[in-house]
Amino acid sequence: MILIPAPFDLVPYLLQGVGVTVQLLIASSALALIMSFLIGYGRLSRYRIISLPATVYLEFFRGTSLLVQLFWAYFVLPFFGITLSAMTTGIIVIGLNYGAYGSEIVRSSILSIPKAQIEAGIALNMTRFQISYRVILPQALVIMLPSFGNLAIELLKGTALVSLITLNDLMFQGTVLRNTTLRTAEVFSMVLMLYFILAYPIILGVRKLENRLSVWRA
Amino acid sequence: MWDWSYTLFVLPDILKALKITILATFLGFAMASIPGLILAICRRSQYKPLSMAVGAFVEFIRTTPLLAQLYFIFYVFPQFGLALSPLAAGVIGLGLHYSTYLSEVYRAGIDSIPQAQWEAATALSFSTRHIWLKIILPQAIPPILPVMGNYLIGMFKDTPLLSAITLVEILQVAKLQGSQYFRYLEPITIVGLLFLILSYVSSLGIKRLEARVNH
Repeated sequence: MILIPAPFDLVPYLLQGVGVTVQLLIASSALALIMSFLIGYGRLSRYRIISLPATVYLEFFRGTSLLVQLFWAYFVLPFFGITLSAMTTGIIVIGLNYGAYGSEIVRSSILSIPKAQIEAGIALNMTRFQISYRVILPQALVIMLPSFGNLAIELLKGTALVSLITLNDLMFQGTVLRNTTLRTAEVFSMVLMLYFILAYPIILGVRKLENRLSVWRA
Repeated sequence: MWDWSYTLFVLPDILKALKITILATFLGFAMASIPGLILAICRRSQYKPLSMAVGAFVEFIRTTPLLAQLYFIFYVFPQFGLALSPLAAGVIGLGLHYSTYLSEVYRAGIDSIPQAQWEAATALSFSTRHIWLKIILPQAIPPILPVMGNYLIGMFKDTPLLSAITLVEILQVAKLQGSQYFRYLEPITIVGLLFLILSYVSSLGIKRLEARVNH
């Protein structure tokens, strides 16, 4: 048995929670990405029957607090006969919530492409689908990427809230470890450090993308 | 399904707790706006160690969860002799977290002031204090007010996290009622609706402010 000097002897226990946090991060990011495009494109639709529900979705998920949504899904849905595990609840609620924020990234990036691009596409006799898929989207995607990176960091921070619906993520392991060891300062410092370490690769990625983006624009 | 008599029974307590939620929001915002400005000014400092230290601090606070910071303030500070009430710890936590966001907003506002303004102020031999207070900030702040308003709404929606450090705000009240009477449907739905209504109305106000600023 190797003795790890304090406070790093706490890390192996916390790492069990890191696994859950990473799973949540990946699964809910995937859902958030899908919802971002669905709602973002939905809000741009000419048909009110599509754009109106998309706007309601956006205002609903942005207007009610994430923690309230998690509590609602975890405590109230069983009342309607829908009982989800804490993990499933976390993935779905966080994914749907950050998808609402992501949809604004998708929408504003698409709107930022100059109108002349569409007109050029029409002049070249491209179909509507070809214009959006071949002309607009490739340019809009480049603009979206750094914002999506920042949103991923926000989402990672949001995953800490699942500890309050009893899912044993990093934050939850921290509070358990505090109760058993009473080494409060060390435990919470290590938790903060681990969250920062998880976010750091995303920060570096965003910075790299932003630099490349400015080169591409210049 | 929906029990109206139960709704009327739990509503008064929730509305009472709404005062705490709103109090925490505004105190937190006050704790964020002044330190945020100081962080933004320090980050522009010519003195490299200061600007780098502030940059690292902002980055760290912005990328770690508010919940973990709240626990840290509420449970670790007392060990160093600084015992805080849940409201005080929550307000400090919210203020600290959002000051780093606001510092970036201030920075954008300050960066948008043309270099010539600085040069003109220097040419007229204004003091540094004077340049900031009389020339730069009065021009930099109004355009960023709508963005700051959005962060105020964001902070409002983050106040339920204070229930984790035992502050009795609306979500905490709803949860207690739910566990006491074995019905979560009404209290938690009411809390969600309150958040939806209040943040939607405030966002309309901010849209009007935005229109005036851009005018």
